[in-house]
Amino acid sequence: MLVLEQALNGLQLGVMLFLMSAGLTLVFGIMRVINLAHGSFYMIGAYVAATVAMRSGSFLLGLLAALPAAGIAGMVVELLVLRRLYRRDHLDQVLATFGLIFFFNELTRMIWGRQPLFMDVPSWLAGSVELLPGIHYPLYRLAILLAGMVVALFLYLLFSRTRLGMQIRAGATSREIVGALGVNIRLLYTLVFGLGTMLAGLAGVMAGPILAVEPGMGESILILTFVVIVIGGIGSVRGALVGAILVGLVDTLARAFLPGLLRLALDTAAADRAGAAIASMSVYIFMALFLAFRPAGLFPVSES
Amino acid sequence: MAAETTRSGLVFCGGCFLLLLVLPPLLDLAGQQYLLSLACRALIYGLAASSLNLILGYGGMVSLGHAAFVGIGAYTVGILARSGPGSGLVAWPLAVVLAMLFALLTGAVSLRTRGMHFIMITLAFAQMVYFFFTSLETCGGTDGIPLSGRNLLPGLDLNDDRVFYYLCLGLLTLLLFLLHRLIHARFGRVLVGSRENEQRLQVLGLATFGHRLLAYCLAGGIAGLAGALLANLGEYVSPSMLHWTRSGEIMVMVLLGGTGTLAGPVLGAFVLLFLEDYLAMYTEHWMAILGPVLILVVLFARGGLYPLLAGHGRQR
Repeated sequence: MLVLEQALNGLQLGVMLFLMSAGLTLVFGIMRVINLAHGSFYMIGAYVAATVAMRSGSFLLGLLAALPAAGIAGMVVELLVLRRLYRRDHLDQVLATFGLIFFFNELTRMIWGRQPLFMDVPSWLAGSVELLPGIHYPLYRLAILLAGMVVALFLYLLFSRTRLGMQIRAGATSREIVGALGVNIRLLYTLVFGLGTMLAGLAGVMAGPILAVEPGMGESILILTFVVIVIGGIGSVRGALVGAILVGLVDTLARAFLPGLLRLALDTAAADRAGAAIASMSVYIFMALFLAFRPAGLFPVSES
Repeated sequence: MAAETTRSGLVFCGGCFLLLLVLPPLLDLAGQQYLLSLACRALIYGLAASSLNLILGYGGMVSLGHAAFVGIGAYTVGILARSGPGSGLVAWPLAVVLAMLFALLTGAVSLRTRGMHFIMITLAFAQMVYFFFTSLETCGGTDGIPLSGRNLLPGLDLNDDRVFYYLCLGLLTLLLFLLHRLIHARFGRVLVGSRENEQRLQVLGLATFGHRLLAYCLAGGIAGLAGALLANLGEYVSPSMLHWTRSGEIMVMVLLGGTGTLAGPVLGAFVLLFLEDYLAMYTEHWMAILGPVLILVVLFARGGLYPLLAGHGRQR
């Protein structure tokens, strides 16, 4: 029964990772740019939501303020910095976006201070649901799962059923031809980037009531996001979904059950120590094993 | 490639070396002794950045996990020092060997990939090391390991800051010389060639993977030595040495100074560390200034400072 609860926790982490990695994998896949600062938009989303929710007392208002804030911040960054880096090598992209992280982290420290903010779970999502007799699960976490599914469906429809989605897919394959056909490719890129950062902002809003809202909060999830993208295959949203759920489950289940399993073989203290150490590395070990067999990830998108 | 063998390059490098040689007495005269430890840090980071430059600048492998090697070197020294200050002749070679071993194991996996994959895989391996050391109580967890003193070397008193400074300078100069020879030897040609066009070299019958892996291990070993020195300098092993932003900073040093130039990374280390120190005097929010400066350097000062100062074109 504990397994079910932990599996749900894993799925919920997976959903947050999916929201982060969907945007990032698009930026990787379409613009071929590596963006280390993606976590900063997650942080912006969380901070704006926490502030607005605190002032107005409404979680929904916070959410509604945070999404455009993260999206617009992303588009401004794209216009000012990233746009100039599309044709550069990855090294330049890594360094410039590294500079962006410095800037955004310090900016949040200047505006909101060093102390973490805390966000309350909205009252209409507080409490828990009885899933099975005897198993209660927090409603808020279930809402995150639901929101993730809605976003996944939305992205699926956007890419497969709309003109914009078609242009984005075509732009990933051949920038020049799409441009020659009269699509404003620069605007398209800015929009895709804004969409990605908005999703990151959404992840940040959802994380707000669960985790502390603090400067640098984006980096810890950013690196897990990279693992997701590498496992899923760079540029593939479908891969991001599967990869995110795999990584979410592996991380959560290893943390929950590895010390217990090791206790069968070792004495309690040693098992706890080794279990904690291996559990925190589990995702990376999983990734290394995975890549040894499939170096291009689950759903490889051809890279020119 | 032969940037350093040109006249202006030689003059610049020689001038810098002489300046570093007379720096301790100069600082004494100026009454700024505290800067000596900063300069020493810059020398050590210069060593780490030079090792990254071997794989990044010459080999084209953009590794974002270099802090792992530095950290392994530092933790080796830290763990050995739990039973009192030991001999550097034991701890330092062990630090190098362990870092090389880790480079061998992870390099065998990550060098199979290229581009973005390589960046993210090296980052992930480095995170693995970070979590390994921070979750083990024997390694001090998130507190790190304080050392009871610096390592012992026969004939040298490392607790004297000046002796330690000259030791770092000597090691850096020696390793830069060796790197210079290596890059201009057949090995370096193959390494640079595999950056430019690996397939062509493979058709010529060269084992490019082996060359790249060996370069990766060498870089790891040198970074491990830098870690060992760093632990000795501060007499403290901190988990922050393993943090991924440290890898980013080392990469910034390489780019700031000039990728693919011999002295560039050392120059970059000095500029970055002294700039940080200088900005921190004026505002606690110095990162808000450093970040945009980095972006501007990337966007406009392509090729780094070294070609600018030593009068060369971009060496890429």
